[in-house]
Amino acid sequence: MSTATTRATPAPAGSVGTARTRVEGRDKVTGAARYAGEVPFADLAHGWLVLSTVARGRILSIDSGAALALPGVLTVLHHGNAPRVDVDFVGLLGTRPDPTCALFQHDRVPHMGWPVALVVAETSEQAREAAETLVVQYEKEDHDVAFSAAHPDAYAMDGVMPAVTGKGDLDAEIAASATVVDAEYTTPEEHHNPMEPHAATARWDDGRLEVVDSNQGAGWVQGELAKLFQMDPSAVRVRSEHVGGGFGSKGVRAHQVAAVMAATALQRPVRVVLTRRQMFTLIGYRSPTVQQVRLGADADGRLRALEHRSLSVTSTVHEFVEPAAGVARAMYDADAHHTANRVVRLDVPTPTWMRAPGEAPGSFALESALDELAEGCGIDPVELRLRNEPDRGPVSGLPFASHNLRACFQEGARRFGWAERDPRPGLRREGRWLLGTGTAAASFPAGAAPSTAVATAEPDGSFTVRIAAADIGTGARTALTQVAADALAVPPDRVRVRIGDSDFGPAMIAGGSMGTRSWAWAVTAAAEELRERLALGSDIPAEGITVRSDTSAAVGALARKERHAYGAQFAEVAVDVTTGEVRVRRMLGVFAAGRIVNPLTARSQLTGGMIWGISMALHEESVRDPATGGHVGADLAGYHVATHADVPLVEADWVDDPDPDDPVGIKGIGEIGIVGAAAAIANAVWHATGVRHRHLPIRPDRVLAAGTGAPRA
Amino acid sequence: MKEFGYRRASDVAGAVALLGADPDARFLGGGTNLVDLMKAGVERPSHLVDVRELPLDDIEPTPDGGLRIGATVTNSELAAHPEVRRRYPALAQAVLAGASGQLRNMATVGGNLLQRTRCGYFTDVSQPCNKRAPGTGCPAVEGVHHNHAILGASDHCVAVHPSDMGVALSAFDAVVSYETADGPGDVALNDFYLPVGDTPHRETALPDGALITGVTLPPAPAAARSRYRKVRERASYAFAIGSVAAALDIRDGMVREARVALGAVASRPWRARAAERVLTGAPADAAVFAAAADAELAAARPLPDNAYKVTLMRNLVVAVLTELAEDGTRSAEEAAR
Repeated sequence: MSTATTRATPAPAGSVGTARTRVEGRDKVTGAARYAGEVPFADLAHGWLVLSTVARGRILSIDSGAALALPGVLTVLHHGNAPRVDVDFVGLLGTRPDPTCALFQHDRVPHMGWPVALVVAETSEQAREAAETLVVQYEKEDHDVAFSAAHPDAYAMDGVMPAVTGKGDLDAEIAASATVVDAEYTTPEEHHNPMEPHAATARWDDGRLEVVDSNQGAGWVQGELAKLFQMDPSAVRVRSEHVGGGFGSKGVRAHQVAAVMAATALQRPVRVVLTRRQMFTLIGYRSPTVQQVRLGADADGRLRALEHRSLSVTSTVHEFVEPAAGVARAMYDADAHHTANRVVRLDVPTPTWMRAPGEAPGSFALESALDELAEGCGIDPVELRLRNEPDRGPVSGLPFASHNLRACFQEGARRFGWAERDPRPGLRREGRWLLGTGTAAASFPAGAAPSTAVATAEPDGSFTVRIAAADIGTGARTALTQVAADALAVPPDRVRVRIGDSDFGPAMIAGGSMGTRSWAWAVTAAAEELRERLALGSDIPAEGITVRSDTSAAVGALARKERHAYGAQFAEVAVDVTTGEVRVRRMLGVFAAGRIVNPLTARSQLTGGMIWGISMALHEESVRDPATGGHVGADLAGYHVATHADVPLVEADWVDDPDPDDPVGIKGIGEIGIVGAAAAIANAVWHATGVRHRHLPIRPDRVLAAGTGAPRA
Repeated sequence: MKEFGYRRASDVAGAVALLGADPDARFLGGGTNLVDLMKAGVERPSHLVDVRELPLDDIEPTPDGGLRIGATVTNSELAAHPEVRRRYPALAQAVLAGASGQLRNMATVGGNLLQRTRCGYFTDVSQPCNKRAPGTGCPAVEGVHHNHAILGASDHCVAVHPSDMGVALSAFDAVVSYETADGPGDVALNDFYLPVGDTPHRETALPDGALITGVTLPPAPAAARSRYRKVRERASYAFAIGSVAAALDIRDGMVREARVALGAVASRPWRARAAERVLTGAPADAAVFAAAADAELAAARPLPDNAYKVTLMRNLVVAVLTELAEDGTRSAEEAAR
């Protein structure tokens, strides 16, 4: 794979923009890197969570007598004896704590797999054995887990964005349109399934609570634990050195709360690790969606009408909305433009952010509908999108900071060989395989949040940068090393970046594709000021010279604009309609994502998102049994993600995307790789077979049932 | 989790003696399924008798032209063996279509035959399951049964057997050999798995405490031109949603001998005798292949969410038979040149 980028001007000599292997890569591949569940502690006890076996009801009794009598068992915590926690607060991200933080606070069971007890023992095996003997009696109530567009209790819900936007007369514009698409798309419940399970160890250290955890923001978790246990934040320290994937799922959950409760009760370190199966009900997931899209266009493909309505699920104990209908608010304008996000409350676990929340399922529906519109208009799908580029935010009316979707499509189409494509479906055959190609657009917001960083010049000539950033597998530690090195004007090997410790001060989490942008801003500010101070020329004392930065004011002063990364996704698929098999043959994604700090890890991030898009298109689906209200096959044998054999040739690259007015120039790349990927694959399946697949995943049984559309004359 | 004992056996008689009469003891081969089930709490053995070191790791030709495969031969060794690849190519293909390289390096022939269903209710101890906990019911019939049986199931259990290897062994009339405290025994693979009926927890005809010592493949000249095709929900590392092992002996356009077995459709590898009867003595053409598939699938009793398997299996049987016929034509042409 080439690492060349198409830069208009050569990058200044420095580390940013050059490919660097991960600074902790050797530790990770040799096993020297310790993850949260394997950091050793003296006198460590182990907790095992017991989860409800009913989907709705009340705990009548918990008999822990037999469990407590087993060897090694230290205590059993449940709603009858657990300390009270305060869950009535709004955290760093402007949201209320996850409802599983209200651990053992009441006797209600709001969903299957709700935590009802923690058994603590000398070993994990003893704790589990005792947990399995625990007798929990429930008063079972009828549950409702049936998600459908027809559910009577759906209501519009604001989340990170208003629930509803609208302008123009939809029916009139639809009526005046030459071509109309009106279709329903669905996406299933999906789980993050990071490789590393959630794990936390809590202990009291001289009056201070220390939690060794696997999370997406040490300061975030510190702040929420302090509020939950009504402590001063300075009395809580959270460390999260290495994280084996998060994808939105690694905030404060039942296991950290349980570990703190048990460590407090026993006055010794307690570790709680979730099993893969427990993760299906305790760490959140991506809600299923039902999305209605109506598009109307002139004969030349210009959009007159755009309506995108999405329904997602939330639980009875928390409000979360998967804002799938938000994607159209930045991507396409129309004379009549209406979007709405609604939710329905069911007796299920609470969904949460999962890689590209909103954009991932929303782009599947919208970009599939655009492809259907292109077919209806007889216009090339790339050309259709370029004709509908807005010149300002369709809903906000704000100018774009940079808007390089066109360059992504042009470069992508050239490299993919799009110009040679015959648009007619169902024409290309290779043995038993029908072949097709498809495309889709992608966008994701480029936000920033206030952060603090500390830069220290050491007496030996090296530098230490401290920031409560999280490297959840993204390469953030390496990227920040490069950013700091350039700001200090020294080689990266003289810079040591320390992250994942709440004692380093407030910082943005690894989330919303905002981490590296936000942290790089703070690191740059601290490092540049340190360099200026050193330029004054003075000896460095033994404790070094330290500079702190806080970007709160600078972030607040950022001009209000539409700020997004963009991308163009291309896919080629092979489909055997006699067996239902769909195989992706190649994918190409070309992105405009600001300044790329580390081409090596950036490419990995982008292709990782695209590969997840393959999984989303073809494999991923959490299956719920309506009778029990719980999952079936809640493990990685039952929940399929793409394997190596499903990922033949996936290429990601980027175009120059400068924004001279932006103080950082970096946009996030954590999420945009998945946006549009599933739609590009679904559109390619249509091109191969002549049949639209509007329901994910595109399973063999669905392909078998759909067969082929008759090729057009 | 429950503590368990562990002993390693060095000879067959010793292994059988170590297991003894304890119904909660288990033989441990590669552990690729048993250890997973122990982690899930489905299996809670009192002790394990590790049989991996037993001298059962050879593949040897038999005097009549068949092959004898030891029970501790790994899946990787089986698939790579030149005589397996030459005489029974569908068997090698089937083994390579299963699991992953790492798992095939560990998994044994004996263990593969005794692996358990991957039904999501069976592997979740919080759920009822007649196979795991007799008499508790089968939630799959009314619940999630997307990859469940269409043939030979009952209201008591609709789970499928997950083995790829077993499907090819079924087509080739393999015989399973075992050892008990009372001496050795043999059972044909096609009688090895018991009908589901109302006793889905009783899976095999092995006597209690028996140790599988090997599998014998009788000579089968038709098997030299055999194929295995597996359809799954992703390209690798997934259990079949449908598979076919088949061999055809075609002379002058007529089928002299046919062997067809189906996977992922029943609680056992499903030998397609009805299809074979239609094929044998009939012209090797598309109409006959379709009629053969239909004859076998006439007995299918799909559930609401697995009816697609009937279409899938019909298409797959026809496709594999067509490929075999083309193979035969090609090799006849090559022989003529």
